[in-house]
Amino acid sequence: MNRRQRSAASRTAVAALAAAVAVTVTVALAQTPPGTTGDARRSGYHDMGPALRAMQDDDSANPAMLWVRDGEALWNRRLGAAAKACADCHGSAASMAGVAARYPAFDAQLGRPVSLEERINLCRTDRQKAEALAGGSRELLALSAYVALQSRGRPIAPPDDERLRSYVAAGEALFKRRLGQLNLSCAQCHDDNGGRRLGGALIPQAHPTAYPIYRLEWQGLGSLKRRLRGCLVGVRAEPFADDAPEYVSLELFLMRRARGMTLEAPGVRP
Amino acid sequence: MSSVLVNAPRSARRGDVIEIKTLILHPMESGFRAGANGTLIPRDIIERFTCAYNGVEVFRLALSPAIAANPFIAFSTVATETGTLVLRWTGDNGFAVEETLSIAVE
Repeated sequence: MNRRQRSAASRTAVAALAAAVAVTVTVALAQTPPGTTGDARRSGYHDMGPALRAMQDDDSANPAMLWVRDGEALWNRRLGAAAKACADCHGSAASMAGVAARYPAFDAQLGRPVSLEERINLCRTDRQKAEALAGGSRELLALSAYVALQSRGRPIAPPDDERLRSYVAAGEALFKRRLGQLNLSCAQCHDDNGGRRLGGALIPQAHPTAYPIYRLEWQGLGSLKRRLRGCLVGVRAEPFADDAPEYVSLELFLMRRARGMTLEAPGVRP
Repeated sequence: MSSVLVNAPRSARRGDVIEIKTLILHPMESGFRAGANGTLIPRDIIERFTCAYNGVEVFRLALSPAIAANPFIAFSTVATETGTLVLRWTGDNGFAVEETLSIAVE
């Protein structure tokens, strides 16, 4: 395809998308939030069918529990040059209650915010003297799922850390910035049209209430970063590099946007 | 490497219907998908699941390539006597996993 054809194809795609949005906007109904009145925020959990909700609620049917079990084994396994396990410093994993509800947090040593996955890797390299786990690797997902599980049922409670302010603002700006060939921002779908349908699929409000999630489409467990990457590809933007600060900024903003919502990790999503 | 989650009652009254829920980690690669280089990824599925109650087969399932990864299998049986339930998953590439549960029936 040459340049002209490409731009024509992209214009057609944008036109088709705009038409699809216009049609769905008229059809879709505004959804009322379950439970609390006045709060229009809704976890993706409430937009799933009863079968998927049951799958998430039953720990013996939730496939994410396969990772959680691995995470529990990893938590107690001594490794690295220091021959230390997570449990040697932190004790029982119950000490991790609430941690997933407040991350990403500012790391004073690095002078920047780190996500929960990065925190786990920092513990590995600094304390256990072991190699860092690859992003999206089975072990890292297992550990983060096990840690996140300890905060299940708690409200999302990001700290009011002065040092994080500029990063949150950067995340918010990124959330509202148009990106990619489709020239769409996160906010245009998830703020303006959350709860409506796009091409048969429901647009969720994008609250990170259940990460890491077992996504049926992935047939496996995935992190919030993977979800963000998927959205970037969806609007036909070049995804950020794997270690880009943009992901942490977005994560920081999303957690503040979902402040007070109940953490359901590890969740199931279609 | 394989990982299995099984949920079944440890004890039951004689004649009770008990439910056994199992979840196993497996890619269930259908054999119809092309990899990054365009060649087919070879099939790798669980072909068969069986449950033997004190040596007697009480449940058997033949799995197909259309079943998603990490299959969840739930079934029920009648608690007849104290003993063991042997769950077996077998499949392609010599895949074989066995889990033994004990159940007390009064």
